[in-house]
Amino acid sequence: MIAAFALILVCQLFGEVLSELFSLPVPGPVIGLGLLFIGLLVKRKPPKELTDAADNLLIHFSLLFVPAGVGVITQIDRVKSDWLPILASLVISTLLTIAATAFLMSKLLPKAPADAGSTRDEGAK
Amino acid sequence: MQPADLTQLWVYLSTKPLTGLTITLVAYSIGFWLYQKSNRNPVCNPVVIAIAIIAAILHVTKTPYSVYFDGAQFVHFLLGPATVALAVPLFRQLETLKRALPVIIFGVLFGSLMATASTITIAYFLGASMETLASLAPKSVTTPVAMGIAREIGGVPALTAVCVIVTGIVGATLGPAVMNIIGLTDWRARGFAMGVGAHGIGTARAFQVNHTAGAFSGLSMGLNTIATALTVPFLWHWLFR
Repeated sequence: MIAAFALILVCQLFGEVLSELFSLPVPGPVIGLGLLFIGLLVKRKPPKELTDAADNLLIHFSLLFVPAGVGVITQIDRVKSDWLPILASLVISTLLTIAATAFLMSKLLPKAPADAGSTRDEGAK
Repeated sequence: MQPADLTQLWVYLSTKPLTGLTITLVAYSIGFWLYQKSNRNPVCNPVVIAIAIIAAILHVTKTPYSVYFDGAQFVHFLLGPATVALAVPLFRQLETLKRALPVIIFGVLFGSLMATASTITIAYFLGASMETLASLAPKSVTTPVAMGIAREIGGVPALTAVCVIVTGIVGATLGPAVMNIIGLTDWRARGFAMGVGAHGIGTARAFQVNHTAGAFSGLSMGLNTIATALTVPFLWHWLFR
């Protein structure tokens, strides 16, 4: 488990370094995601230790957004002027984007292999 | 115990990182419990409930956010490693990725332009100022990137941060309902749309429901970060130069 976490942190660290060094518009962790993905492509078969660590981190992925979310919501009264156009455009645009993109991709993605689970509705474990 | 003792106890506890961390985990647990009680209704989003509980506690106890964050930062820190870890579910979708790469790139560009163009258009016709428009434009990517883009095109980064979080919450709570209404059942398409439309909060939501959806959401979220960072400044200068 420790080795897997270390590997994940190393990818993030390299990501941060690359992002800073070349002042890329992409944040370090996203570059780290790319690095780990390339590593998996090279290795072909990811070690179970790594997949377990990743799955554990991602089961409660949404918990990790709570601290930043609190910070932003406590600032929300800064949005005094223009609150109506802001709220209306965010709600409409977000739902429109999700609906249109989901529709487009459901038409364009090649048919799922039998195990890709188009019909499976499983809960989080 | 006397009220004075209680106050002293609170003063003592509120300076410890333990308090912020505990509040975060307890509030999220309550949110998750309610979410399960509601038969996993996306409107009962555990993140939204947790944020509401903690914001209320900070407000009532007059605790500054920085004090709370001393404890909450341990949770916040894991956001980076968890983003890196998205590579694993993504790798499990390698077969689909190989077969559909052009479609995926097209889908990300489509979603990115759609999000930016529709937000700017709606806010413009509702009379938003130029500064607000620039702050809104990058709202569907992860906070640090969105703030950077906003700064570049003349927006207010702090306002952008609010817009990003609201976008994620709206997408995560109402997005699934909209896709249900249209009758979309392909978990890959559903997840993909959540990642493009509602960044990490949408991806987190997708992971709660289905691993395939989560993997596609992580994929489109990552690609959308790049797409939006490139297209928004371009679109902005083309529209308003």
